[in-house]
Amino acid sequence: MKPIIEVNHVWKEYQKGIDRKYKSLRDTLLDMPSKLFGAEKEKFWALEDIDFKVEAGESLGIIGRNGAGKSTLLKILSRITPPTKGEIILRGRIASLLEVGTGFHPELTGRENVFFNGSILGMKHTEIKRKYDEIVAFSGVESFIDTPMKHYSSGMQMRLAFSVAAHLDSEILLIDEVLAVGDAEFQKKCIGKMDDVSKGEGKTILFVSHDMNALSNLTSRGMLIQDGTVFLDSHIQNSIKKYIEVNTQNVETEIRNAPRYGNGVVKILKIKIHSSKENSSFIYSLEDIEISVTLENNTAEKIKDLKLDIGINNTSGRRVAWLTSHDYQESPKSNEIFMHFRITDIPLVPGDYNLNLYCEVNNNVADWLKNISSFKILNSDLHNPKMKIPENQGDIILKYETLC
Amino acid sequence: MSEIKETIIRPKKVFSFGVDEIFAYHELIYFFTWKEIKVRYKQAFLGIFWTILQPLLLMSIFILLFSDGLRITTTSIPSAVYYLSGLLIWNVFSHAVSNASQSMVNNANIIKKIYFPRLIIPISAVLTASFDFLIGLVLFYIFVLYFSVNDKLPHLSWGYLSISIIVAYLVTIITAFSIGTFLSAVNVKYRDVRYVLPFLIQTLFFLSPVMYDTNIIKVAWIKQLIDLNPLTYAISIVRMNIENPLDFNWPEMSLLLPIFILLMYFIALITFRKTEAYFADIV
Repeated sequence: MKPIIEVNHVWKEYQKGIDRKYKSLRDTLLDMPSKLFGAEKEKFWALEDIDFKVEAGESLGIIGRNGAGKSTLLKILSRITPPTKGEIILRGRIASLLEVGTGFHPELTGRENVFFNGSILGMKHTEIKRKYDEIVAFSGVESFIDTPMKHYSSGMQMRLAFSVAAHLDSEILLIDEVLAVGDAEFQKKCIGKMDDVSKGEGKTILFVSHDMNALSNLTSRGMLIQDGTVFLDSHIQNSIKKYIEVNTQNVETEIRNAPRYGNGVVKILKIKIHSSKENSSFIYSLEDIEISVTLENNTAEKIKDLKLDIGINNTSGRRVAWLTSHDYQESPKSNEIFMHFRITDIPLVPGDYNLNLYCEVNNNVADWLKNISSFKILNSDLHNPKMKIPENQGDIILKYETLC
Repeated sequence: MSEIKETIIRPKKVFSFGVDEIFAYHELIYFFTWKEIKVRYKQAFLGIFWTILQPLLLMSIFILLFSDGLRITTTSIPSAVYYLSGLLIWNVFSHAVSNASQSMVNNANIIKKIYFPRLIIPISAVLTASFDFLIGLVLFYIFVLYFSVNDKLPHLSWGYLSISIIVAYLVTIITAFSIGTFLSAVNVKYRDVRYVLPFLIQTLFFLSPVMYDTNIIKVAWIKQLIDLNPLTYAISIVRMNIENPLDFNWPEMSLLLPIFILLMYFIALITFRKTEAYFADIV
């Protein structure tokens, strides 16, 4: 059988200066002289020679940093914008959820919005009627269905929007970061539904996300897009690994360019945070993690009395933990100094964290970096279903048991 | 699988009107129109009454100002029916043009997220205005009925009147669709349309015989210009068939008029279809 999606050498060009997309007549008139004299607008390729095939029933995850071209690719696939060069062949009905709830109107009731939204997404009237009860039941907002949408909470809107989208009849489903909002429980329900869709009903899924957990749960193949080109097209785990690796390199540049304080006798070069487990790209709560720091000795002599503090901050800027070390290892050949930390059973709740690094030599500040090298701790409950950590329930996880 | 629908996505080069595609999405036209009407009347406190109140008020002002104040005699038709017939046509036209020209920008969030034939948006905007027309029509018929019962419209034929209204509606709506669709496409790139539109509508109002009769124009070239306005034809056909419907009356028409209407229609469609592929990038 022929592949369900064939992307043949697709290129997409955009003009620079995205901040002024629509113009006034005055702008055009003012631009006229420069246009006449051949001063071309600066253009760039958002996608360069993208070429891949997807077989029916496959689920493909698309990974990449912001601005890598993932969303542009999905927009072309869903025909919102045409490619500049190349062609795409789709062998099946396509449903794209570039943003759930598109066209929801606050003045309309939930019921009216289901019908309007469904029809924009390409459902026939009879089809929506047939699936209506199922859609509403899945969303769990039955009791508000005849209330105008403006009285809904954003979570309820999300639920209803996703329910409509999840019930689309199509062979290909394009999903772009739709699970970014909504409560954790409903997210899981959605992932479950999508999982049924791809495995049970044999639908083809293209999923763009920054949520590595959702990606590895949902997709089997991963395509890493970097600067508008396919950097790696492989098993999802390989692609995620590569993605994290590439981003670690970014951390190095980030450290190099960050504002810093201190006399620079010793400078922080690299920092790496990873799980103690082999082959694990993620850090989960209550697992062992390692932090390795590489420092550079800028003096000719051996460093005595070196001290490194690491402060771990959460996204609201609060210090949640602190480590310090006097032990280090010097490279016999170069002037590099290594420090290694192992944290057993890291008791932090899932979320984003970043580090403050403070380095002291002979009681003088040598190097000080703030809010650097952010990392993510994932909820281990997807990993281990017995352990469930709800959101906003403190900063740390206790190890405990219930005694009768 | 017996039948696989193959879609090929290519850079836009070949030009087509995309009629088959719009037909495939015809339900969406209905849903868009339905949504627009619902939203509009939910937001307004008096809802549908505004649609009736507005022409009634204007009609009263015209009667006071022109018939009573300036003593301008209309034809043999009672002045209420005379002005109301003009306003009926004018309102559907001006609503359709202003709805349609803002429609693409107003629906930018949908255009950026989901694919469907874009022409559906101005089509629905024009149909939304037609809903108001139907309400206005009920009001108009009530007035005609009142005057015919009181013997002020002795020659009235309901059949001829209705046919003339259908013809007038079609001429008006095609013109409004052309102007509105053209402006909606231009509006995506140049927001100047917002400033041009009120001026354009006002100018066209004076160039349409809503509050005057074309017979009072004595300068030939001005009369020719006003005759080239499709609305002149639309309003005239209704008024003629109220006044003297022994036979169905077709107003005198310049040969240029149908050419002018068709030209506007195709220019609008071509402009729209040529620019629509890039709407999502620039809107």
